[in-house]
Amino acid sequence: MSAGYRGAGQRDEISFGNLGAEPLPDKISQAAGGASPAIATSGLSKRFRGGQLAVDSIDLAVSRGCVYGFLGPNGSGKTTTIRMLLGLVQPTSGDQELLGVSMPAGANTVLSRVGSLVEGPAFYSQLSGKANLARYDAADRTADRRTAEARISAALDRVGLLSAARKHYRAYSLGMKQRLAIAAGLLGPRELLILDEPTNGLDPQGTREVRGLIREIAAGGTTVFVSSHLLAEVEQICSHVGVMRTGKLVFQGTLEQLRGRGATRILVRTAQPARAAEVLAGLGLQDVQAGQDEASAQLGEQPPEEVCAQLVHAGVPVAGLATPRPSLEDLFVQLTGEGFDVDG
Amino acid sequence: MAEVSGPMAGASGPAADLTGTRLDPVRQPGYRAGPVIHWIRFLCSELSLIFLRWRNLALLAVLAAIPVLIGVALKLSASPAGGGSGQGPAFIGQVAGNGVFLALLSLTVLLTLVLPLVVAVVAGDSVAGEAGHGTLRYLLAIPAGRTRLLGIKYVAVVIFCLAACGVVTAMSLAMGAALFPVGPVTLLSGTTISLGAGLLRLVFVTLYVAGAMAALAAIGLAVSTLTEHPIGAIAAVLVLALASEVTDSVPQFAVVHPYLPTHWWLSFDALLRSPIAWPELLHGLTSFGIYVIIFGAIAWARFTTADVTS
Repeated sequence: MSAGYRGAGQRDEISFGNLGAEPLPDKISQAAGGASPAIATSGLSKRFRGGQLAVDSIDLAVSRGCVYGFLGPNGSGKTTTIRMLLGLVQPTSGDQELLGVSMPAGANTVLSRVGSLVEGPAFYSQLSGKANLARYDAADRTADRRTAEARISAALDRVGLLSAARKHYRAYSLGMKQRLAIAAGLLGPRELLILDEPTNGLDPQGTREVRGLIREIAAGGTTVFVSSHLLAEVEQICSHVGVMRTGKLVFQGTLEQLRGRGATRILVRTAQPARAAEVLAGLGLQDVQAGQDEASAQLGEQPPEEVCAQLVHAGVPVAGLATPRPSLEDLFVQLTGEGFDVDG
Repeated sequence: MAEVSGPMAGASGPAADLTGTRLDPVRQPGYRAGPVIHWIRFLCSELSLIFLRWRNLALLAVLAAIPVLIGVALKLSASPAGGGSGQGPAFIGQVAGNGVFLALLSLTVLLTLVLPLVVAVVAGDSVAGEAGHGTLRYLLAIPAGRTRLLGIKYVAVVIFCLAACGVVTAMSLAMGAALFPVGPVTLLSGTTISLGAGLLRLVFVTLYVAGAMAALAAIGLAVSTLTEHPIGAIAAVLVLALASEVTDSVPQFAVVHPYLPTHWWLSFDALLRSPIAWPELLHGLTSFGIYVIIFGAIAWARFTTADVTS
């Protein structure tokens, strides 16, 4: 966690551009004007036969061309949502559209434009990687048999498996299996790629490769909807995020909007922390703390430059001033619950 | 589903009205092959999965080996006095006189357990195996189409049934010709027909048995859609077949006998009479057809609505 996670150490020097940004959970600015959204659901719910409400009335809005990170702890309903989007699971209630086509009614027409990776790779262990892709390609009514060979090779090449194309699937490493699953999603031209935990089980190199691949695919205009519980992952590739908690969509918006939600602190580096703390408290800031050579407080609505001026005015030697943004992890935990408190 | 409301409608804007009539903007360019070609391609893929699987090849090898065993056993035990004193399965007495009967004997023997077992394995595995492997979710997300996938699965299993019965007949004929004299065939009704006509009847017998197995396969397909554990599906189909055979052999249950799935399996001897005993034959074929329709419908109803969570 700590190795790949950059958010914790991020400090923006006096940045307050997003302080006033209100999260807009239900709306995402339409990137492609006029085109139907890549994914749109309204009141989408799933109650399994056991009575468990896995997904509770979620309104997803994924505009075309964005990379949408679908976050949430394990068991928060991400995979069930993805299964509903792909028509594998019938919603209990609510409407959903993929690329403007109502699902699951339009599954047979729209899904050929959607590549997917659901809950890990699944292939025929007795077949080679190439034969496995040929099998899935044969099942696709819209795939051209004459170009199959070329498309399969291209897909394998794209994920770096061309040299292992004739190897049996059972001899593949976990990372190769995962990459083959992504290749299966790239057999045809896709407008939308739905990837459920695409970096699960990958080593750091593999994770980097998959990230690069997702960026490349997105750069080509394909909308990517990627679920993950790895925040660092999402932070690096996604423009928009949705956060699930026990079946509910508790946040939806851009990554910036998510960051803007957090309470920003002000951190003063000084030789006189006690004095600085007094000034901060005097300004009415909450949660004032004094350390060895720094003092900090919740910034609230105060402009940081104003606080700085007051400190200097009070004669506090200010060696440095920072408004560290709350890390994405902090925000995530705020939204989804702490450790073992995670409900569900 | 046509009208969307709330934030979804807001997000999709005016495009939402076009939802129903939108044409796919991106298709693979210039490609407009008919559905039949795609059907055949998918079927070939399915058949290669079935026939290139070692387990299934081993099952076919067992089916091929049993006529050899029976033939050799009969050759070794063949006493000039003729052992056909009413003991053992039908046709056992005729084999020494005409190798063609080895095929009928083999089919009769194998129908009690081995053929149903082989068919149960392949049919029970058809959908449950894909579900158990997780490949079902990918096939459906491609999308293979649920009805289409089920249809392909069933056709492929029926082709396997034909192959299984064909292997038995072909192997028996080869062994019969190698070990015993072969000549004009004396039918059960006493008339003798030429070898060619006899072989034609044998082809029909094989098709009839394959039909019986196709009915069992429909039951297997239906059971297979109920679970993601192929072993469970296979066992269930086999238990059903055996329970039916046991019930069929208990005279007290005579009332239900005609309705049992296995009751008409051995009625292929209707084809070995002159003239052919049509009523019995049609009874059998009707029974198979009804089982295919009922269990095919169950499989379809289940498979097209089930949540795929494997």
